[in-house]
Amino acid sequence: MAGVIQAGGQTKSNTYTGFGPLLLLPSWLIIGFFLLLPVGMMLIYSFLTKEFRGGVIWEFSLAAYDQFLFDRGLFGDDPPKIEWTYIGIFWRSIWQAGLATVLCLLIGFPTAWFIATRSGVNKSIWLFLVTIPYWVNLLIRTISMKFLIRDTGPINEWLMAGGVISEPIHMINTAFAVQLGLFYSYLPFMVLPIYASVERYNFALSEAAADLYASRWTTLRHVILPSVKPGIVAGCILVFVPSLGAFLAPDLLGGAKNFMIGSLIEEQFKGNAGNWPFGAAASMILLSLVLIALMFYARSQRQQGHF
Amino acid sequence: MSQTPTDIAVDVQNVTKRYGTTAALANLTLQIRDNEFFTLLGPSGCGKTTLLRSIAGFENISEGTISLFGESLAGLPPNKRPINTVFQHYALFPHMSVTDNVLFGLLRQRVPDADARKRVGEVLDMVQLSALAERMPSQLSGGQQQRVALARALAPRPRVLLLDEPLSALDLKLRQEVRIELQQIQYNTGITFIFVTHDQEEAITMSDRIAVISEGELQQVGAPRDIYESPSNRFVADFIGETNLIDVTVNSVNGDTAMCTLADGTAIQCKSAGDATTGAGHLSVRPERLTLTASDTGDLSGTVKRLTYLGTDMRITIELNDGTTLTARMQNTDDTTLPDRGDRVGLQIEPGAARLLTD
Amino acid sequence: MAKKFDIKRFPGFLAITCLCLFLLYTPLLVVMVYSFNDSNSITNWGGLSLRWYEEVFFGVEAPKFKKAAFNSLTIALCAATTATTIALCAAVAILRAGRFRGQGLSFGLINLPLMVPEIVTAVATLIFFSAIGFKAGYATILIAHIVFCIPFAYLPIAARMQGIEGSYEQAAQDLYATRWEAFRLVLLPLMMPGIISGFLLAFIISLDDFIITNFVKGAGIETLPTAIFGSVKQGIKPNIMAISTLLLLVSASFVTLSWFINRKGGENSS
Repeated sequence: MAGVIQAGGQTKSNTYTGFGPLLLLPSWLIIGFFLLLPVGMMLIYSFLTKEFRGGVIWEFSLAAYDQFLFDRGLFGDDPPKIEWTYIGIFWRSIWQAGLATVLCLLIGFPTAWFIATRSGVNKSIWLFLVTIPYWVNLLIRTISMKFLIRDTGPINEWLMAGGVISEPIHMINTAFAVQLGLFYSYLPFMVLPIYASVERYNFALSEAAADLYASRWTTLRHVILPSVKPGIVAGCILVFVPSLGAFLAPDLLGGAKNFMIGSLIEEQFKGNAGNWPFGAAASMILLSLVLIALMFYARSQRQQGHF
Repeated sequence: MSQTPTDIAVDVQNVTKRYGTTAALANLTLQIRDNEFFTLLGPSGCGKTTLLRSIAGFENISEGTISLFGESLAGLPPNKRPINTVFQHYALFPHMSVTDNVLFGLLRQRVPDADARKRVGEVLDMVQLSALAERMPSQLSGGQQQRVALARALAPRPRVLLLDEPLSALDLKLRQEVRIELQQIQYNTGITFIFVTHDQEEAITMSDRIAVISEGELQQVGAPRDIYESPSNRFVADFIGETNLIDVTVNSVNGDTAMCTLADGTAIQCKSAGDATTGAGHLSVRPERLTLTASDTGDLSGTVKRLTYLGTDMRITIELNDGTTLTARMQNTDDTTLPDRGDRVGLQIEPGAARLLTD
Repeated sequence: MAKKFDIKRFPGFLAITCLCLFLLYTPLLVVMVYSFNDSNSITNWGGLSLRWYEEVFFGVEAPKFKKAAFNSLTIALCAATTATTIALCAAVAILRAGRFRGQGLSFGLINLPLMVPEIVTAVATLIFFSAIGFKAGYATILIAHIVFCIPFAYLPIAARMQGIEGSYEQAAQDLYATRWEAFRLVLLPLMMPGIISGFLLAFIISLDDFIITNFVKGAGIETLPTAIFGSVKQGIKPNIMAISTLLLLVSASFVTLSWFINRKGGENSS
């Protein structure tokens, strides 16, 4: 028929057939030249030799990946030994990003559901309230969190003034602070896509389930969750991916001890101490992890896409 | 009857439209005369809208030609064709007032502003919407929106007006009013109307001529009465109105009459569509032309299965001895005596009412 | 009285929603309140005062922050305008030009900046500019911002365009409009709410960016986030809280603005 449904679910109109595709030229030029090409360049850099004042020498080398994985080096005389420092940082980052995702989901889903089931003005107001933090500068939000949980910050002040504790709880510069920061940073990213999914949910399905003797929680598990799965998966990706590469939360809240991938990479490009090929290699590894996550996402969206 | 080329408004010659491997229109040929109210009728997905959009210029046909008053439309974009469309959901520009909507086409044709505004006034008068000229489309009812769409399409005085199921969004009562109005406007303006619908009643009551289309192929073209009373094949008989199809054996065909035998051996004479052959065939009989008789009299006999009250008349479903079910209609009058469910009755086919059809 | 059975209600969801909002707002509200603190120390409360706002506008660091704010605003304005234009063109191509080869790929390309982690984009852009010998500064920041603003501008524009039936442009063409007239007189006015939303979103995203800017800016130029970050590295000072509060208000007014524009647009098209 006239409107053709294409991958991505868009209805096609053909008013600008012919020259229309040429309108993609600026996008291709800008993104191709200033993102695709740089990523390719980064791949090349990860195989170059490091220059001591920052930058590279154009000589092929596996040193960056070697440094990432092995302690004594592949090319030395001794048998190679796996170096756990960097793998450990990656592993901890994945773990923290994953935990942040789960926490965001636990709070985000009920919130999204609650808002989407309000009616009229109420819904608008709730949604508005959730949207504002989404738009507020991430740096400022992280600084606010840092201010709040300092040893001499308001939380400790209040608790001590209230007599709950006598010594301040040490939160800043701990793994807990980083975890809290990630959760707090990306919580709105979880709520909004799930909200959009619940909005499209057909509540007659819940009624049908209830009619067929399903309890509320059975309905949630067997009817609602499968129906809004695309929104949940989208939300998880939107939290997980930026958490994995986060820089601000570990840097401002975690201090020097709680490195994540983001801070590790940043360090390689700071001043003269840096190691560009190593930073490029770490970035490539991070990008690969993200692409794997996105492939899972694409697959789940495809499975859902057939109705 | 011979016609000069200019009598033909739209000439569709051997048009085929393919989407990938499926053909939406298959080698379709038909002529639409000047000044006529012509209807393309068929079930949804039959290709009628594709044909309309091809005439308007929104679809590129794969093969064949479409001409407007003798001149080929090939390669002309929609904005170069003196043809306007009333869209199914009207497609009124939501950011423009009624006047600006109607003015749109005139300004694109570079009609001077004063003339254009005068014409907008005339057209809005014609559809009785002058009072609402400054409203926005969202402030209008469905029926009013439909009139604006009509006014907008008529204002540039197209040679041909295309209407894509324009009544489908209206409720029944309104639809019946608008039918009469549309016919009147077509008559007054003398513009050729090509009307697309899947509603056979709409087609029969409004059109000068109807083309019945199924699966991209033309089934029959003719005046409503011809189509209803002399359907050329089984699809047309079935799609237009209600009909009974009875299996028969054709014994002989003689011009446009044929002799057939019913399953129980009763011989019957019937009209036949041109290409009938001897052997197995179908008789089409309209329900209102079957009369109930006493048991074991008449052409057929069977058992009453169901009685359905329809207000003006009664529909009676009868199962014949061989299992075929037929429908008869009886007018509701004071002295109508109705059979009961389970009664055995006879059925009489009115003389001349049976028509032999090919598949 | 028995509670009315409501299929949409789950016990505890209201509480969780309130918790969610509490978590989201507490740090922001605390900083807002403390930005009016009269005390020199950030910890002790010394009464209400606007002195830190005075400090922001007229204090020792004021020129530095003013310069940074100017850079941030002009970059955001240029980047959002360019990205919105590019995204509008792309949306017309992807949603209004029928099917063509490379359509899916182009859709992926436009969304690529969303998929690549910011830190990776930052590294790649830094390496690229350094490899081609392009001097880091205002121009490199602007280019990097245009790239990652495109998908953010594209999202609301495409969403709006999908909601506009193709039949409007067809009706325009049927009424003797050329394709350009159909675009200018029909599609563009109907698209306006989406275009404005896209622009505002891109603007805010550009204004917010820290990581990529920090990598590609080079020495000698600061945007507001990098200036704030540099300042916070030496400890949170009260004037930072005042700046934060101001930025917060800017963001909030932007959400409100785009909210009303979308609502108005929604009413018009239905």
